[in-house]
Amino acid sequence: MRLKSALLIAGMVLVAIRSANAQGGSLSLPQTVEAGRSFSIQSAESGKSILYIIGPGQVLMVDNIRQGKTISIAAGLLYNAGHYLAILIGDSSTENGSFDVIPTTQPAGLSFLAKPSRLPVGLKNGISGAVYIFDAYHNLITSPETVYFKLSNDSESIQERTSISRVGAAWAVLNSTDKEGIDKFEARVDGISSTRVVEQVPGDPCSIKISAQESGQKLLLKTDPVRDCSGNAVPDGTIITFTEIYGGTQSTIDMPLKRGIAQVEMVAPKGARISVASGVVLGNEIDWK
Amino acid sequence: MKNGYLLAALVGISTVVFVVIGTVWPIPSAVAYAGGNGLLLPSSTPEAAVTKLGDDIRLRAWEDAYTGLENKSEFTEPEFVHDLTGYYPSLRTDATLESFEVLPLHVSDTEAEIHLRLHWSTVVGTFVNVRDLHVTRNGDRWNVDWPLERKSVVPPQVIAVNYLRWDVIYRGPGDDWGSQDVEAPHVRIVDMHPVQRATGVVVLGELLNEDVVPAYVSVRATLQSNNGLPIASEDSFDKISPILLPKQVTPFLINFQNVTLSSVGSIHMEPIAALVSASADPVIEIQNQQLSPAPDAYLTGNLVNQSGQIVNVAHVLGTFYDNTGQVIWVADQYADRALLPQTPVPFKIHIPEDIARSVSSERTVTATYSVGGFQ
Repeated sequence: MRLKSALLIAGMVLVAIRSANAQGGSLSLPQTVEAGRSFSIQSAESGKSILYIIGPGQVLMVDNIRQGKTISIAAGLLYNAGHYLAILIGDSSTENGSFDVIPTTQPAGLSFLAKPSRLPVGLKNGISGAVYIFDAYHNLITSPETVYFKLSNDSESIQERTSISRVGAAWAVLNSTDKEGIDKFEARVDGISSTRVVEQVPGDPCSIKISAQESGQKLLLKTDPVRDCSGNAVPDGTIITFTEIYGGTQSTIDMPLKRGIAQVEMVAPKGARISVASGVVLGNEIDWK
Repeated sequence: MKNGYLLAALVGISTVVFVVIGTVWPIPSAVAYAGGNGLLLPSSTPEAAVTKLGDDIRLRAWEDAYTGLENKSEFTEPEFVHDLTGYYPSLRTDATLESFEVLPLHVSDTEAEIHLRLHWSTVVGTFVNVRDLHVTRNGDRWNVDWPLERKSVVPPQVIAVNYLRWDVIYRGPGDDWGSQDVEAPHVRIVDMHPVQRATGVVVLGELLNEDVVPAYVSVRATLQSNNGLPIASEDSFDKISPILLPKQVTPFLINFQNVTLSSVGSIHMEPIAALVSASADPVIEIQNQQLSPAPDAYLTGNLVNQSGQIVNVAHVLGTFYDNTGQVIWVADQYADRALLPQTPVPFKIHIPEDIARSVSSERTVTATYSVGGFQ
């Protein structure tokens, strides 16, 4: 079905262009038309004629046009922004002309790309947002528009930026804050807004401290609550590696944080050295005596 | 006409001669595929008795193997089978005995000690299982005492496990192209080092999951010539721990066969990470890691499963560092037996002799796989 329509349109376009090339009369056309707006075309053609308007993704045909009549194109008929060709084919001659359909000036929709959706706290220029502004017919509004970007949490606005769009796009770069949490990243243009979520997560542990305590035959090793350098609790599931070295042998265990701490029981004879690490961060060492 | 009869007779006689030769002096592979050599080479010597047992194991002729054992009254045939194939699903379960070696240690008129090395073939490579067998003479035959490794018994208990689990909901298929999706985990190569080996170039290093979510990881390396043209591209395949929990570090090793380091101008590294559902369970303790020095260099230790579920396959990856802290080698081994809760399973990772002389420290991690996954 779609193929048939495409073939039909292509055929009409070819016929119209061939006719237009045959004779070169000129139509009285507006230079630009706002997408979706009505407009009229004045024809000097005598007798009955047919008007073709051919543009990006659209072909419009108006037939049974009487001599000297003003041809009205109703609102909402031409809406794809771009360059259009109009051809009026009459009994005796052909007139043609071209005009541009331009996006409306009223933004109706935004495509907002916010990256990343998750990042560590305290990262300078870590958050970027790019906005593409569209009108009601999904045409990219290329005229400059003022875009407001705002990063906020439930209680307050944290950072704001203003940017003027260029060729339909505007962007801003923001810092991640020092406080973990799920923040809203909003882009707003002329009453239209789009919101994305940015999760700010704790960074690397700032320091890891373990303590040891005898527990029967074993040694209970436990970290203090693990926090990043901004004071946020490092999330549960983060791996803490305990290493025990004694007499040329080594035992290791990767233990996930649970409720902010990691604890493990290891067989540790007197004289064992126990250390702790997470990723590339080292903690304290204990010489068990 | 006479020539035709002569040719037919010649073919017939030749066939009979070859059948007799093949029956009396069969080649070893034919013996194996024909069901062992018990018929032609009875257990008249200790070596022959152990060889017959090896053949039976290779053919999975469990009944024949069990029947021929001297000490079969000490255990049942299913116990004998499970001793070889594993009591729980593991690499052993579907392993096939590729070959075996019979090495007499001591032989007298009535008894013998034989060293049996079983070379098993699995989906992740081969592993060797060694049994020292006591063989005793019984009339004109020799019978093997099988040293059964009894099933580890875990005492009845309740193990409370409340570690984290991460689930992921991705964006829907009908969402706008600008709408957000879950962010892929952020991973970072924290060390990388190319090494020239006899077989080619090896790229090794370490990868860190610096995010707060689990990651399914892999590393791809592309060798480039001095003028920037790609020479070869490979990835880490199974020489990496594929699931990295937050802040976990895995070693990786990428092999480039038949490439010389002198022909490499640069290496393009590409860490790959995808967000996956994962569990922080099981926790595996790696106990008593010990480096045995060159020439016969090994890293040995024990894996202890601290969770309550059975780990069917455990993959041990050892990272070896020189005295400056630079990664100089990565080696691995799969545990051929399932890890039962709180039950140590030994591992032994071979280290090349030339590298072992430079090893100053090591770090070991495990990757685990369980039938049905951890819930």
